[in-house]
Amino acid sequence: MVKKVITGNYASSYGAKLAKAQVIAAYPITPQTSVVEKIAEFVASGEMEAQYIKVESEHSAMAACITASQTGARTFTATSAHGLTLMHEMLIWASGARTPVVMTNVNRAMAPPWSVWADHLDSVAQRDTGWIQYYCESNQEVLDTIIMAYKVGESRDVLLPSFLTLDAFYLSHTYETVDIPEQDEVDEFLPRFDPPYKFDVEDPHLFGSLSFPHQFYMEWRYQISLSMAKAREKILEIEAEFKKTFGRSHGGLLDEYRCDDAEVVLIAAGTMASTIREVIDQYRDNGEKVGLARLRVFRPFPVNEVRELAKRAKVIGVLDRSYSFGYGGAFFAETAGALYNSPDEPVIKNYVVGIGGRDVTPSTVSGILDNALSLKEKGLDREIEWIELKEGGD
Amino acid sequence: MAKLTIPREELLIPGHMGCLGCGGALAMRYVLKALGKRTIVSVPACCWAILSGIFPNTCLRVPMVNTAFETTGASVSGIRAALDALGIEDVNVLGWAGDGGTLDIGIQALSGAVERGHNIIYVCYDNEAYMNTGIQRSSGTPEGAWTTTTPVGKTQAWKKGPKKNMVEIMVAHKIPYTATATVAYPEDLIKKVTKAKGIHGPKYIHVFAPCPTGWRMAPGKAVEISRLAVQTHAFPLYEVENGIYHISKKPKQKPVMEYLKLQGRFKHMPQEMVDKFQKEIDREWELLIKKEEFTKSLYAGE
Repeated sequence: MVKKVITGNYASSYGAKLAKAQVIAAYPITPQTSVVEKIAEFVASGEMEAQYIKVESEHSAMAACITASQTGARTFTATSAHGLTLMHEMLIWASGARTPVVMTNVNRAMAPPWSVWADHLDSVAQRDTGWIQYYCESNQEVLDTIIMAYKVGESRDVLLPSFLTLDAFYLSHTYETVDIPEQDEVDEFLPRFDPPYKFDVEDPHLFGSLSFPHQFYMEWRYQISLSMAKAREKILEIEAEFKKTFGRSHGGLLDEYRCDDAEVVLIAAGTMASTIREVIDQYRDNGEKVGLARLRVFRPFPVNEVRELAKRAKVIGVLDRSYSFGYGGAFFAETAGALYNSPDEPVIKNYVVGIGGRDVTPSTVSGILDNALSLKEKGLDREIEWIELKEGGD
Repeated sequence: MAKLTIPREELLIPGHMGCLGCGGALAMRYVLKALGKRTIVSVPACCWAILSGIFPNTCLRVPMVNTAFETTGASVSGIRAALDALGIEDVNVLGWAGDGGTLDIGIQALSGAVERGHNIIYVCYDNEAYMNTGIQRSSGTPEGAWTTTTPVGKTQAWKKGPKKNMVEIMVAHKIPYTATATVAYPEDLIKKVTKAKGIHGPKYIHVFAPCPTGWRMAPGKAVEISRLAVQTHAFPLYEVENGIYHISKKPKQKPVMEYLKLQGRFKHMPQEMVDKFQKEIDREWELLIKKEEFTKSLYAGE
């Protein structure tokens, strides 16, 4: 094992190299570009044996990854914001074609106005595409998640694509110490990609042909839903195996921090979780029973984990770094949805924060925690609140 | 001239879902005869997405993948890259799209794929409109034609502006081989595809594929009309190899009216439109002759 001080983007590149991705198809976009630049260096130096297609758009990147995967190669790409949303059609195609592509998405805000800073709208808007979604908090988690994502996605009972996300700049461009595992250890953990179906001139088939309403289209989609449900177990199982081999793990689907006896729990995803941990410690020092449940996996949604949490917590504050115009952030809506058919009824409030890369500081988190604590006694004040809007912003 | 033999093996087997007299079905039959069974085909949204068969049937004896409308160029890039990564060399990768999927929505992915130089063959089967969706104009529709979105009417709202010259766009990419072909000349078509198969890099073949349904003509006339398109110079047969033009057929020219009058899509055309059509064809033919002379003299001895 080698320790290197690298950015989150480079952790992605190392992850793809260690996973021995065979076909890379990628297009530059800020703040993702250094992921694919580093891979270009790996390929150019011969450190990485891969076919690298420098496509003319992200839409083509995903289209090429899909057919490369259907031909039998392990594929990787990386993108951000407008690149990810341009891919939308092909994201749905990738899960429909059951291709376990793995992708890094650097979470960036959508224009207009132009913004290259952290915001989760790009990936949250891909909720219904059939992709497994991991939200990372550290560079180590980025590298490890790529390796695990291949193993989960390529399992015969999952066969679905996955992306992991890094907050723009907070993670993509921030240097941290990362353990780079040995190649032979990764090879042993992650065997070669061996899809059950692929293009074969000796055994020709027609892929993706028309299916009438009375035929199998509905069942085809149902099978994807079963596989996505199965991914819940697979993610946990493979992370346990990863821990056994590499000695670390990242919290499964819902990464809980000081939640055991917590009366007030904040649910949040991405790098703001690190800030929240610090503030939770301060509040704990003052005797407040508060905790953090980091939403590490958004799809499949950790329904059971959220329901378990609701048995204990009196107030759940959900922090969304994106907003669905018309009603609340998606993490909030999903959390509330998961709890409607559960007997436990904590107060649930949506805090909309950090839109367009605005800093979520310790004082931002304190403000949220103070408000959430006050709800224990008085009940819900407002269902949805945008935090730290500038004066005149409304 | 040596007599060519058309390969006997049929890789398009009976039972396709195309209309009677479909030029696109004939085109696939001949192209696959030239390429052989070690071929993977990628097809976007177009008539061939349906023609190939409804699940679980297929009319092809080669693997075929359906891909999204605008992605044929990218999808064949991915297949070739994966084959290279897996060390598989002796397989042809064929992109197969209509004029809409090539000249319009798929032009970006195609341009990217050929610019990158992937070892692929791309065939556009051109039936001069969006036929799978029911005859809407594309940039491949000739000037003056009726389609459901250029319905003529009182305002004479036929297709305005010339047909996009996709062959020249491909030639401008400086790819090693570009050619035109049509179903009335199967030996010429097969010869060109066979030549393309032997060239490393991106190859583009534009196949004129009459559509009886969309062109409002008798299904039995597809081959005849395809031949008339060549004989009137409306669709010249030529190839461009490393920048050098070579015209494959120089038939004694018939008046364009002979080609137009068999198709309902042109029946509304006033005489001045027919004259304009004829003039355009003659100009283009003259230009093509000059290109052949010029490029042959320019690159002579290379």
